[in-house]
Amino acid sequence: MKIKDLCRLVDGTVLCGEQHLEGEVEQAFASDLMSDVLTVKTNEFILITGLANLQAIRTAEMSDTPYILICRGKEVSEEMLDLAADNDMLVVSSPFSMFKCAGILYSAGLKPIY
Amino acid sequence: MNLEFKVEGGDFTLAGNASSQIKKMLKQLNVDPRIVKRVVIALYEAEVNIVAHAYRGVIYAEIDPRGVRLKLEDEGPGIPDINQAMTPGFSTASAQVREMGFGAGMGLPNISENADEFKIESEVGKGTTLFINFKF
Repeated sequence: MKIKDLCRLVDGTVLCGEQHLEGEVEQAFASDLMSDVLTVKTNEFILITGLANLQAIRTAEMSDTPYILICRGKEVSEEMLDLAADNDMLVVSSPFSMFKCAGILYSAGLKPIY
Repeated sequence: MNLEFKVEGGDFTLAGNASSQIKKMLKQLNVDPRIVKRVVIALYEAEVNIVAHAYRGVIYAEIDPRGVRLKLEDEGPGIPDINQAMTPGFSTASAQVREMGFGAGMGLPNISENADEFKIESEVGKGTTLFINFKF
């Protein structure tokens, strides 16, 4: 799935990493539990989360995933965006719930990891 | 190559700084990305543990052509029962730590899963030292 199509489907606002809009992603993992994200062995997935803090960005960095979708329009701090930019990541914010984001993207063909 | 990083307990804004720097270093050294990921995941889990549970700590990383050896030494409450701490799902993390997305009792088992060698030494009331090794 093209990142720009993904953004459109979840009514997303790109907060950082517009250079990734033409990129593609095949898989997603949705969790608020960063410990769980750290057990994912795959790279290059999009992390769908309602956890809007620095550790969500850090976890994505350590997991080698460059894409994060923050749900429910949670406030994303400047610090988070600076860290994401330093690591060449895309951060998208959606007003939809995690359930709705996951449902729409799954229906549109984004694959689960497990 | 020997690296050393100080980690402050309770300071979640900086948690992951050391792991991030070591990740960049390993990438520059052209280490196999699969090994880099295993090192960095284990190190980040261990760094978050220091921030979550200890007063302060030091991370020592030794990188040579044979592999990566990490030692994380903290001053903290120590672990009374290491077998229990290694049990998936067991956690003593505070509500604050859980709000940060951690504290589900998955950290130590995940370090063990990613490492080639993993050893814990701990003294109650003094602190904990983790030895985490990876072979190239």
